[in-house]
Amino acid sequence: MDAIFVFEQLLNGLGYGLMLFLIAAGLTLVFGIMDTMNLAHGSLYMAGAYVAARVHEASGAFVLAVAVAVGVTVAIAAVVEFVVIRRLYRRDHLVQVLATFGIILIADDAVKAIWGVAPLLASTPAALAGPVDLFQGLPYPSYRLLLIGAGLAVALGLYLLVNKTRVGMLVRAGASNRQMAEHMGVRVGGVFAFVFALGAALAALAGALMAPISAVQIGMGEAILIPALVVIVIGGIGSVRGAFVAALLVGMVDTAGRAFLPPALRAVLPPSVAADLGPALAGIAMYVLMAAVLTLKPAGLFPARG
Amino acid sequence: MQGSTPQNPSSAPGAVAAITHARFPGLARRLPWLVLALLAAFPLLAPALGLEYYVGFVRRVLIVAIAATSLNFILGYGGMAALGHAGFIGVGAYTVVALVEAGFSSAWLAWGSAALVAGLAAAAIGAVSLRTRGVYFIMITLAFAQMLYYLAVSLRTYGGDDGYGLYTPLELGAWLDGAHAQVFYWVVLAIAAAVFALFSRVAHSRYGHALRGIRDNETRMVALGYPVYGLKLAGFVAAGAVAGLAGGLLASHNAFVSPSIMHWTQSALLLVMVMLGGAGRRWGAPLGVALWLTLEEALKLYTDYWHWPLGLLLLLVVFHAPQGVAALLERRGGRESVR
Repeated sequence: MDAIFVFEQLLNGLGYGLMLFLIAAGLTLVFGIMDTMNLAHGSLYMAGAYVAARVHEASGAFVLAVAVAVGVTVAIAAVVEFVVIRRLYRRDHLVQVLATFGIILIADDAVKAIWGVAPLLASTPAALAGPVDLFQGLPYPSYRLLLIGAGLAVALGLYLLVNKTRVGMLVRAGASNRQMAEHMGVRVGGVFAFVFALGAALAALAGALMAPISAVQIGMGEAILIPALVVIVIGGIGSVRGAFVAALLVGMVDTAGRAFLPPALRAVLPPSVAADLGPALAGIAMYVLMAAVLTLKPAGLFPARG
Repeated sequence: MQGSTPQNPSSAPGAVAAITHARFPGLARRLPWLVLALLAAFPLLAPALGLEYYVGFVRRVLIVAIAATSLNFILGYGGMAALGHAGFIGVGAYTVVALVEAGFSSAWLAWGSAALVAGLAAAAIGAVSLRTRGVYFIMITLAFAQMLYYLAVSLRTYGGDDGYGLYTPLELGAWLDGAHAQVFYWVVLAIAAAVFALFSRVAHSRYGHALRGIRDNETRMVALGYPVYGLKLAGFVAAGAVAGLAGGLLASHNAFVSPSIMHWTQSALLLVMVMLGGAGRRWGAPLGVALWLTLEEALKLYTDYWHWPLGLLLLLVVFHAPQGVAALLERRGGRESVR
């Protein structure tokens, strides 16, 4: 293990963390403002990945593919919000779990009907296929650099939107105290429809960007949902800033756990034990992080209400 | 089964049911026994009807119903929305695997240990989780179940990701082995009936009422001097132990155990089945499990696309029968026995 390997893994962790943030940002706002637990958020991520992969394959234009993926997913999300989610706002969390689990089942079958069971192979855009030398002796895939750049840009944009604009003020007001915001004349319903669409756009963007470096398959939404939920719980439900910090933490801990724990254990334990223990510890690292944070700060790192 | 105990009309629908109960006095009391008798006779009748395959299916429904009944107890009566119940099923199943690997072959020892170990796991997990509330409780139970999942994946001695096959059936003891091919079915049925009766009984005991009091208003119960944390933990441990027992039975049923039985979607499915049947209703768990698994089995016969009708069913339940199917039947048919 040398410095270059460590640096490379840290960059990977940063990229993964930023993609997690794109998914978690929408989830935490929907959760924070309308107190709605949306398990189907992962399905929007899946929709973005599938649409982007197919459009890219058909047209060869990556930027167009991402734009179409975001547009289509936002349209789907608007329909879902209007037909189902809108009626769930005032119901309790378990009912929301039940309904959005139903949406997951329907979404998975819809994807199967349209694109088949086999995973899609999404290609990276030709211009970004090769590695670039970050500095002497460290080639890094240029596509992953794009991922990091896009993630940072969106995070900055979201920060400005939430903290510096009028819409953002209404969003924050709704997140910190919905009832009070309503009494002050904010149409929280409209704000929520906007936030839901925004969350869908971010999830689709993450899906479209992740498609070339992950498996585009049925169930990818459920797989990413759990880390995203861990992120919003660690960050504090409803807090975009918390989601950002927590996403980077989880991304780093998860990537570092997988990269460094197995070799580190092999150094101190007998090989057979280390081979068993390494992957297990790497897999549970982010859950241990969550349990630790909740023990010390039961409402997450940056509670939005209070 | 609990057909003969007086019903507790604790809610408005309960009161309506009590009135309709007066109109069908016999049916309400006899139906559970009728169902039990039919289930017991099923393996004997199945060959004549050409339904042998479904004996195994009904056995699986019964095992899942045991786990769901335990979840219904803490969810419906205790208000604890645990999204990690499949973790305890997994602990039970892997306890059986560990004992078989160590050379033990007694079914009763294996299943008893499954319940015991899962109960211990539930005590440890519950002690931490029950300090949180609401969504955080959902998430932390999920987190612990995921830890157990990754632990199972890493146990290469027991097959890791590929799972572990139990090639020789466990021994039930002296006269039970080989007496009849369906003995395991009846054993499962007896355990399911006993578990169901026990939880129904406890739900209407003083402890059950205290638990419901905590569900409805925890602060008030604290003020009244109830040891709220201890009461919740006791329920959580009992439910975990019973889920472990179901896991042990499931290991025998499948003759195979893999980490996938404790994946988070399994926990979610268990929650969904209980809610579908009706959380906090006596018949909610078995009804929900039977309905869900039967629909799944039937849809799979006709189409590869069997997920979306189930998804649609969930949306229909949410918007038209939010109390679950048990409550719906109660209201529409006035059949109090399904409560």
